[in-house]
Amino acid sequence: MKFDPETNALIREGVESQINPFDLYALEEAVRVKERLQEQGDEATVVAMSMGPQQAEEALREAISLGADSAILLSDRAFRGSDTWATSYALARALLKLEPDIVFCGMQAIDGDTGQVGPGIAVHMDYAQATYVARIESLDKKKMVVRRLLENGYEICSVRLPAVLTVVKEINEPRTPSLRGKMNAKKAQIPVWTAEDIDAPEDKLGFQGSPTQVVKVFSPPHREGGEKWSGEPDELADKLVGLLKELEIV
Amino acid sequence: MAIRVISDKCNGCGLCVKSCPVGAIEVTNKQAVIDLDLCNYCGSCVSACRFRAIVVDIEKQPIENLDQYKGVWVYGEHFKGNIAPVVLELVGIGRQLADDRNTELAVVVLGDGLDHAIEELSGYPVDKIYLYEAPELAQYDGERYSRVLADVIRELKPEIMLAGATTQGRSFMSQVAVRVYTGLTADCTGLAIGKDDGLLYQTRPAYGGNVMATILCPYTRPQMATVRHKVFPISPKRSNGAKPEVVRLNTKPQLFSSRSEILDFIESCEETVNITEADVIVSGGRGIQDPANFALLEELAKTLGGAVGASRAAVDAGWIPYCHQVGQTGKTVCPKLYIACGISGAVQHQAGMSSSETIIAINKDPDAPIFQIADFGIVADCLEIVPLITKKIRAMRGEI
Repeated sequence: MKFDPETNALIREGVESQINPFDLYALEEAVRVKERLQEQGDEATVVAMSMGPQQAEEALREAISLGADSAILLSDRAFRGSDTWATSYALARALLKLEPDIVFCGMQAIDGDTGQVGPGIAVHMDYAQATYVARIESLDKKKMVVRRLLENGYEICSVRLPAVLTVVKEINEPRTPSLRGKMNAKKAQIPVWTAEDIDAPEDKLGFQGSPTQVVKVFSPPHREGGEKWSGEPDELADKLVGLLKELEIV
Repeated sequence: MAIRVISDKCNGCGLCVKSCPVGAIEVTNKQAVIDLDLCNYCGSCVSACRFRAIVVDIEKQPIENLDQYKGVWVYGEHFKGNIAPVVLELVGIGRQLADDRNTELAVVVLGDGLDHAIEELSGYPVDKIYLYEAPELAQYDGERYSRVLADVIRELKPEIMLAGATTQGRSFMSQVAVRVYTGLTADCTGLAIGKDDGLLYQTRPAYGGNVMATILCPYTRPQMATVRHKVFPISPKRSNGAKPEVVRLNTKPQLFSSRSEILDFIESCEETVNITEADVIVSGGRGIQDPANFALLEELAKTLGGAVGASRAAVDAGWIPYCHQVGQTGKTVCPKLYIACGISGAVQHQAGMSSSETIIAINKDPDAPIFQIADFGIVADCLEIVPLITKKIRAMRGEI
């Protein structure tokens, strides 16, 4: 079993880096699946993978402290400027070298929050996929049955392995790092893979390989606080009902 | 491809340093210096610079003749043949884009037994309905659907493809975009045709709504975007008696293989759950104090014909299921009215609701951050106020 955080970790102030919140659920689920398989006497390992600048190594160490057995960082100038197409392409190339049975991704990152990388990885790898997974109902060597969280309910879906899953927050409650995990994280060697290591042609990577292009970045219209009311509850409620009438809600 | 600073134009003002989300720029000796190991070419600095001192050199070229791509397409998402409400919003904006490009607007629908969908769409100003009907497509399956739509796109070559940013639309379109090797912009809140270049300018929030980015897809087609629900108004109905041309596409069963299978669907038992579609949301946070008190919010929501939302604090405390959560790790909503009850309004919560048309906040703490974005702030205990409002409205309607 391998694990893959969707896109690179969120970078804060350009120095520290931490695991994207949704990816914590993906990591936790990967570790739980591994533990279940090990209890049954099967072999399983979890590999954490991220694409990003050198600082993303910190996030990968955090992943090891939370139960990943090892980690790989994709980092190369050639990856810079990747949109979701090129990001999912590079991650897929790297994952194909490892031939994982299941790739776990968070449902989206919190910087770009597109939710496009997980499904993109599956297509690039030609793996089956299930998005918005809220529970793994069952798992055997050939397939898994998952519960997907949709707008109007849950879909129960059987997916043949190997497969890519993107998971929602509801799936589990991530653990905190164990002492042993922290020690493992400290001494882990995290290999850095470049474009050459994943046999990827440069014209499909980074800015060059990205069909989309950001042309303008600006601040959203600023929202100002308006009137503030205080007083007796009854009066306030009357005023609010008046407001709701004015807004044509009632 | 390179990003560089034109030293003659740079005066070291530092605006670019502030704009950089990854901290890749420093000012040394009154010159901006970009650390290429950190830079992710997002373009923030290029638009922040008032002196046009930062440029990104682009060496890309289209690999095929883009003029052969014509028409604006909307993906006709449906549930058991009932067209999803976001599709009618996309028809509205799609009509404008098609008129601006002087081209046709089509809705493409995949499924089985789609007569009702055709009928529903026929009342709207759509030029064509492309139908791809097969029993194997009765239910959405990402692998099968994306193989089919990618094939149709390669054959009929639309210029623009829009879909709702629903759970289906977001996963479906990203698979299609990868298959046809084109760009896809997620969760757009603004779409317009460039006057000079005719390109689709796609604007979307990023970094939890703290930044807006405008994105182009200059060298590949179609230009694809998913669009948030309730951002654009529902299209007006067609005023003349014309009907869209219905085009039945030839099916190719060899595309129908899939490695997944839907076994069951469990509809949500709670009717008030779909907060992304509600016009009014009554939302509760830590100030609700007890799970039982959510009943007060439910009653008000019901009275106003709305849905119940919640902050992360309330969900994490186990007071209400996750599907109600609004915010960065929950849902993004933009209702006509958002009533925040006992929610302090952390930035993560604001990221999910700050684009609501009107925000009313009720909170005991006069310094709660929610008041900084609320149009109407009520400093009071929501547990007292909420039931009073419900009662007064019901009395007004003669219900009690």
